Amino acid sequence: MTPAGEARPRRQRRAPQLRLGPGPAVRAVIWTVLGLFFLIPLFSMVEFTLRSAKPGVYSLDRWVALFSGETTRYDRVYQGLGNSLVLAVVTVAIVLLVLLPTIVLVELRFPKLRRLLEAVCLLPIMIPAIVMVVGLAPTYAVVTQLFGSGSWTLAFAYGITVLPYAFRAIQSNVGAVDLVTLSEAARSLGASVGTVFLRVLVPNLRRGILAASALSVAVVLGEFTIASLLSRVNLQTSLLLVSQSDPFVAVIFALLALVFAFVLLVVVDRLVSVRRRRTAKG
Amino acid sequence: MTETITGAAAPAVDSAAGISDTETRRQPSSSRPAGARPRTRRRTGAGAILGLTPFAFYVVVFLAAPTVVAVASGFVDGQGRFTLSNLTGLAEPAIAGSFFGAFWLSAVTAVVGAIAGAALCFAMLGARQGGVTRSLVDSASSVLAQFGGVMLAFAFIATIGAQGLVTVLLRTVAHVNIYENGVWLYTVPGLILPYLYFQIPLMVITFMPALEGLRPQWLEATATLGGSRWTYWRRVGGPILLPSFLGSLLLLFANAFSSYATAAALVGQANNIVSLQIRQALISETVLGRANLAGAMALGMLLVMVVVMLAYSALVRRTARWQR
Repeated sequence: MTPAGEARPRRQRRAPQLRLGPGPAVRAVIWTVLGLFFLIPLFSMVEFTLRSAKPGVYSLDRWVALFSGETTRYDRVYQGLGNSLVLAVVTVAIVLLVLLPTIVLVELRFPKLRRLLEAVCLLPIMIPAIVMVVGLAPTYAVVTQLFGSGSWTLAFAYGITVLPYAFRAIQSNVGAVDLVTLSEAARSLGASVGTVFLRVLVPNLRRGILAASALSVAVVLGEFTIASLLSRVNLQTSLLLVSQSDPFVAVIFALLALVFAFVLLVVVDRLVSVRRRRTAKG
Repeated sequence: MTETITGAAAPAVDSAAGISDTETRRQPSSSRPAGARPRTRRRTGAGAILGLTPFAFYVVVFLAAPTVVAVASGFVDGQGRFTLSNLTGLAEPAIAGSFFGAFWLSAVTAVVGAIAGAALCFAMLGARQGGVTRSLVDSASSVLAQFGGVMLAFAFIATIGAQGLVTVLLRTVAHVNIYENGVWLYTVPGLILPYLYFQIPLMVITFMPALEGLRPQWLEATATLGGSRWTYWRRVGGPILLPSFLGSLLLLFANAFSSYATAAALVGQANNIVSLQIRQALISETVLGRANLAGAMALGMLLVMVVVMLAYSALVRRTARWQR
């Protein structure tokens, strides 16, 4: 910590031409242009939800009506939201119960399979969701026979969609911790396999687990392709449907979902980096 | 370790970083006393192999099977007999045109997105790692790279739709009608701006680790040898970053090429890019055997993706050299 803290000011003072990034003027231009590009559409969405019947007159009526819970017009959106939240929970469960133990097991017992596991986990990037959908119909015919047609079953497909993101998050944590030594230390103290996993390895991987879960939730809340083509109701498909009758409500919900996902990722990212700094110091 | 949640949002991205992860991992183990080594080589019991089966089963059923079924369905006709006629169907003007449309759209948004995204990364070089600015930009990038689709369609309809904020402002204040020659937001060129809205964040996620991998020592070494900042970028920084820049660009191309949701929510009935063409084939009950044409198009899409991703991994391997 200290050497880096000393080196920086000295380098700046001695030689300003050693600055790697752009000068303040160029930086301001880049930030302004791109900032406007990203903020104007968001601002436009907010402006859109505040419009009233008279042009140029704005009101908060639609936001108030939405939260007063008086009408049942939004039931479909709430149903989609509910489905998406359930899907997010089941998807995270798949990540934690199927992917996480596999990564740990490969690390501890089958280090030779590491490359293969990585390749498999990154494969979904190469296979577009729209291609998967073409082949998912027969698979889901079987799934429906086994588990019924509840909307939560879509999480099986979502578990694949989030695989690359979840894998990268967990794997980068696994790479920073010596799982072999930890587990052998715990085993030599008499811990059972389950205890080793739950009370030694999982706490050491909590940063990766947290990040993987947050990313999975964000991905699931934004998923549209698979749900739409398998005719399931989730947040995004219900928003598109409602937008045809009441575009204002659809935009409000889209904004809220966006803010929710953003806040979730910021909070987790802060937690992760604060913890990291603390461990770096201690 | 430089991992953040958002760094993870760029999965394939930095395989290179993945390599450096394992590299740093290996170091402590090699510095361990030799006597400790054999401990890791342990008899792998049947129980451990059994532990791999849930994941293997899951991936086979929900990843391998659907992909194989999708591709195989391109080789059968409506009665389930083997045929190649679906593949020749790819040459139909409408379908070939949709491949071309997707290709064109992906190329434009990948190039513009890569340049704009790299500029943003460049501007962020000063921001401290693990600082609040980085957290905000990283998280926003993750969300925006993912949250395409419906929300994006809403955002751009509200902005530059026929009654959008910017459209109306330009018309009333500046007297410029952006839709003088008809509304283009719902056509393929109209998809460029919405696509950039998720391409630029993806570029930030994938390119930032490479830019941060540049060692300050290299700049100092250049300066010691009498080089200017321009010399540094032209002779040192640029050549080192080029493979990862091109790699990220390919990833952006693949991302746009496989994207469906934004176009589906925005374009409606037209089928001018291949993913919409697949939707059309999947849901149309009117023309018999169309569903199998979807399989053929899926195969075509997959081939494009495989070529792009192979080129990508070749570039990543080149990048990896500098990230140790």
